[in-house]
Amino acid sequence: MSADVPTRTARRFKVDRDAVAWKGRYEPYDLAKEFLIAFVVVCILVGGLAVIFGSPDDTPVTLKSWSTADAVGFASTTATELDGTSGTGTYGPPYNLNGTTAGKLGPINPATWLGVHHPIDTANDYVLGPLSTLPNQPAVQAAVGEYKSATADQQATWTTAYEKAVADAKFTNGKLIVPAGDYGPVAAIVAAETAMARSGALDGALLSSRQFYGTDYTKPLLFIADGDYFASLGAAQHLSGDQWGMMNETGSYPGQAWLWLYTLWYQVGPIGSSDNADIMVFSIMIILTALLALLPFIPGLRSIPRWTRLYRLIWRQHYREVEQEAGNPSGSPPLRTTGDATVPVPA
Amino acid sequence: MTIVDPKTERPDQADLDKAADRPEDADQWTAKIRTAAVDALPPQKLLPDRQPAYVASWIYVFGVATVAALIVVIGTGLVLAVFGPNWWHVSPTGLFVNSLHLWSVEVFMFSMVIHLWGKFFMAAWRGKRKATWITGVVSFLVTVGAAFTGYLSQQNFDSQWISTQAKDGINSTGAGAIFNVTNFGQMIMWHIVLLPLCIVVIVGIHVLMVRLRGVVTPFPAKGESPGGDSGTPVATGAEVRA
Repeated sequence: MSADVPTRTARRFKVDRDAVAWKGRYEPYDLAKEFLIAFVVVCILVGGLAVIFGSPDDTPVTLKSWSTADAVGFASTTATELDGTSGTGTYGPPYNLNGTTAGKLGPINPATWLGVHHPIDTANDYVLGPLSTLPNQPAVQAAVGEYKSATADQQATWTTAYEKAVADAKFTNGKLIVPAGDYGPVAAIVAAETAMARSGALDGALLSSRQFYGTDYTKPLLFIADGDYFASLGAAQHLSGDQWGMMNETGSYPGQAWLWLYTLWYQVGPIGSSDNADIMVFSIMIILTALLALLPFIPGLRSIPRWTRLYRLIWRQHYREVEQEAGNPSGSPPLRTTGDATVPVPA
Repeated sequence: MTIVDPKTERPDQADLDKAADRPEDADQWTAKIRTAAVDALPPQKLLPDRQPAYVASWIYVFGVATVAALIVVIGTGLVLAVFGPNWWHVSPTGLFVNSLHLWSVEVFMFSMVIHLWGKFFMAAWRGKRKATWITGVVSFLVTVGAAFTGYLSQQNFDSQWISTQAKDGINSTGAGAIFNVTNFGQMIMWHIVLLPLCIVVIVGIHVLMVRLRGVVTPFPAKGESPGGDSGTPVATGAEVRA
């Protein structure tokens, strides 16, 4: 192996940047056959795994299933949607301007750069709006009207009192029983919302599209994610952030194992517990990804393969031949130039 | 000149070859593109039947296995696309095809990661192969995105969970304004149209670059001068003309 052909761009050889020209022998290598064999093996492997393990398909949570399984929890979340203190209500861009849930890096807050693109007003979109569509419910419409016409302070007084009380609520005989208190129309509104959700009507009402066909589930999904019920289901399926989160799948399936490095950072104490964890993790991953892509240009990093010497395992046969040749220079050289396909090409 | 063979009623190849190399047509864009393409990747280089002797490790199989698995991924995905997104939730056959799709993705990603690590430890960017390395990394990133949008398009609990968890990371970058992970319609279009198209194009470019530059040569052995007999180290690009 040598590179003794002078080149126009002769420059100092750097072992981690440059490769030497191959002047050794060439062996028959049937790429098409290799590909066909690989394809058949992959098909057999995939078919076997599919037959043995199948694939998960856990039923999605709906507002109906949530409110049926946990009516009190649903009512509690509804109250926070009504006064805008829920996770979505205080999220910030791209849903509203009420918070910075996505976090920021010092003065840099990329989440705000493009503003609100999927506007969600939790009180109107999740509660008051859907209830206004209910036909033949004068009491509900009256409660909605009373709430809308009240001052912001009055609304806050009602909802704060209700949120404290609903923790001790019970759901009996199809009705939400909340300890008595001064909640204004809030109790009637939340009860009506709970009944609407249990009927399944709220799921349809929250589809973002105003057309007949809809494919945007942003609003119902964020509403569902605001409740503890959804989080408890995820935790039971080992899907929480501190359980390596979304790289997992329901059941014992491998999930997106390739996201391990992304998920890893959420397990690191100071990062995972930070209010700015998301932007910190994304920033770290952007930097690491850039380093990986640009690795050939980075002195030091590009030397790691040479330092680790794992390449000797990959090319062990080649190095064995080289060493044999060095130990037996007068014998039959294992490295011989054959055929017409060994002409070095100048760079 | 006989352009059509009277026996076969097809154009005579020899005549076509003659017609294709007329000097007066040399300035044609088409002629220039053809000439440049054939010069860069002649058939023997595009589909070589011999490889350097050092190409003798199982690690080389994972590049081919990745492409093979990609074909299974696309094939099973096409079947799912034919019957629509609801099919596999209600049909045992559909569920099996979905299982094939899922496991082909797992095999594809596994093969690709092994291929990536293998190329890393070979320092496969050496000798003017930096662009080959970069297209490989980019294709890995795009496939991660394609798999991710696939998980978001499942219409089950996993989709709900992953989308509501992932939105925070995406939103933190500002990209959530455009790339809404909770919008099923948008995610499935990315999954079955945009990202597969990107993957096929980038992987195609990557494979062509591998063929263009050849397989990277081993590091010089201990005591071996990279400059050969002259002892003068020389940086080279492509090692062989197939």
